[in-house]
Amino acid sequence: MQPNTQTVSSVTPLMVCTDIEPIAAHDNRKTVGEISVDNPRMSCRNVNVFYGEKQAINRVNLDIGRHEVIAMIGPSGCGKSTFLRCLNRMNDTIDSCRVTGEILLDNQNIYDKTLDVVPLRAQVGMVFQKPNPFPKSIYENVAYGPRIHGLSSSKSDLDIIVESSLHRAGLWNEVKDRLDQPGTGLSGGQQQRLCIARTIAVSPEVILMDEPCSALDPIATAKIEELIDELREEYTIAIVTHSMQQAARISQRTAYFHLGDLIEVGETNQIFTNPQHKLTEDYITGRFG
Amino acid sequence: MNNSTSSRPRSTVERVNANLTKRYAKERRFKRMGLGAIIISLMFLVLLFGSIISNGYGAFWQTYVQLEIHFEPEDLDPQGSRNPEVLSAADYGGLVKSTLRDMFPKVKKRKEKRKLYDLVSSGAAFQLREMVMSNPDLIGSTVQLWVPADDDVDMLIKGHIDRHKPESDRRVKDQQIAWVDALQREGKIEKRFNTTFFTAGDSREPELAGIHGALMGSVFTLLITLALSFPMGVAAAIYLEEFAPTNRFTDFIEVNINNLAAVPSIVFGLLGLAVFINFFGLPRSIPLVGGLVLTLMTLPTIIIASRAALKSVPPSIREAALGIGASRMQTVFHHVLPQALPGMLTGAIIGMAQALGETAPLLMIGMVAFIVDVPANMMDPATALPVQIYLWADSPERAFMERTSAAIMVLLAFLISMNMLAVLLRKKFEKR
Ligand SMILES: Nc1ncnc2c1ncn2[C@@H]1O[C@H](COP(=O)(O)OP(=O)(O)O)[C@@H](O)[C@H]1O
Ligand SMILES: [Mg+2]
Repeated sequence: MQPNTQTVSSVTPLMVCTDIEPIAAHDNRKTVGEISVDNPRMSCRNVNVFYGEKQAINRVNLDIGRHEVIAMIGPSGCGKSTFLRCLNRMNDTIDSCRVTGEILLDNQNIYDKTLDVVPLRAQVGMVFQKPNPFPKSIYENVAYGPRIHGLSSSKSDLDIIVESSLHRAGLWNEVKDRLDQPGTGLSGGQQQRLCIARTIAVSPEVILMDEPCSALDPIATAKIEELIDELREEYTIAIVTHSMQQAARISQRTAYFHLGDLIEVGETNQIFTNPQHKLTEDYITGRFG
Repeated sequence: MNNSTSSRPRSTVERVNANLTKRYAKERRFKRMGLGAIIISLMFLVLLFGSIISNGYGAFWQTYVQLEIHFEPEDLDPQGSRNPEVLSAADYGGLVKSTLRDMFPKVKKRKEKRKLYDLVSSGAAFQLREMVMSNPDLIGSTVQLWVPADDDVDMLIKGHIDRHKPESDRRVKDQQIAWVDALQREGKIEKRFNTTFFTAGDSREPELAGIHGALMGSVFTLLITLALSFPMGVAAAIYLEEFAPTNRFTDFIEVNINNLAAVPSIVFGLLGLAVFINFFGLPRSIPLVGGLVLTLMTLPTIIIASRAALKSVPPSIREAALGIGASRMQTVFHHVLPQALPGMLTGAIIGMAQALGETAPLLMIGMVAFIVDVPANMMDPATALPVQIYLWADSPERAFMERTSAAIMVLLAFLISMNMLAVLLRKKFEKR
């Protein structure tokens, strides 16, 4: 017994696609919940993303707080990855991609014409869906970032950075005897933790993770989740996940996306126990997605 | 009801099994076709190599005649001055001739003498002069010396001349055959390893002709080609693949590169003639111009192969590098290029192999001249291996036929060693 509009949108989502009926869609898709936080690390206002003519993200407003894990959930193709990649301007590498609006990192607009993406990406690191270590040694994988950014003054300095990064990524004990072996020779879970170590080796402020566990088995996933929880003390983490259980386990806030719109955002507890928007509820209760 | 098997819905396994034999038969057919194709090409390869080797291996041996030479001071250096000019101008040909006359004292008639002299290569006189010039103390002494036989005698010894043909159809006359047989009985004729073939330049006399000049010509030409086309091709590929925006202009460039790869090589030769020789005034027949022309020809191949190699590097590697703040340049040079390098090397080697075998453009820029001296650098007139093959294949002497095949063998050996080097390099880069 659902309200009529919801039935339509869930069965034939194209009907309410923002491209066709922008105004009607907006009435229906105004973000529910508190988008802003006190003293945010990152703050997105009116973010639109286009792939050529096609709009993938539609007027998203969202703050990301300090030392929090914010989870982004939603059906596949709704624009979670696209939005995440705006936060460190990885979308710049896609020719057809165009971003409008404002994204502040510590009150500095990262889409400012004068801003350099190289230091930005050192501040906002990224872990990808598929583990992608460099085809180089484990040591080189972790040392690469500090080396190009000139973060270490000496070889022993670099050794310390590599060791502590691997420690924090929970990988040190497993690889300390084979640092000179190729990173690609590790198991999937180890590779992903190596990628996390590589990211934290440059001491970013924010870490973006795009479904970091989707290629991993449950045990490796549990390890990474544990790690994310520990990393929260030092970093801000924005994580995209398709697993609602994962979002519930590790995040403090959750944002639900649907067809390019940010539908609802709030405390994770509240989103999963008492969603305010019908679309969120449908997704969480498994009616679609 | 279950007698109507056709209408009864069959289980999946049954339906799969029904198709299985057909599927396997198809697979077997395809395998056999592939195997057949490989066997046929192998047969052609064996045929090709077999005919080249059986024709050409003889050229690695050359018939030599032993002469007992007395360096008569009266003839060579009457004043005893040991003056190099005098020594150089002395009549060594006469020395060879008188030695031959002494060996066959019965020969008296002028015509017969001419035939006798023809047994020994004209190179013998040069060999004597060289010896005396480098060691004037030889004058007055007598030495046993092996000198190259004339190419006709060489052919006779190697059995390429039919003794039963009428004399008028033979290049070697009855009398000469008798002399050669006599020498052979005395052990004064012998087949020896033909070092001349590997150390000399071209010559009108097959027994004095060597491949070294053409080989060096090819080496210099290819060095220039490699030195120019590899860095240029790789740089162009990196720019187009990693940095250039995709717009009309880059599309236009891409189409043109693909077209250039298909342009007949002789057109590049004409271009080289017009640009490098006529416009820039570079000399004709030099490896520098040859290398420039072959660079033009090889560039598209290398660019296309390098771009394909860059394309095949997984984008996740680029994302990883960009994601931790590497600049685009660092991403390319630290991560993408090392991955693409093996593929680029393969492309380069294919281009170089093409360039090595290329004849037509070199004809246009004059690298087809008859050049005796071995080139010492890239500004000396030279030919190249394929051009030398073309020149020798065109010569009437039977002995040049043999040398043509031998030159092809040298070319193939060059090619194979180049490919081996590329494989080694690739292995090395892949391991890292
Ligand atoms: N490189 C791209 N070019 C064009 N369209 C893209 C590209 N990447 C994603 N899209 C489109 O943008 C929309 C959102 O994609 P994405 O952000 O990957 O979704 P999610 O990560 O939520 O599954 C999808 O409709 C997808 O087809
Ligand atoms: Mg995604």
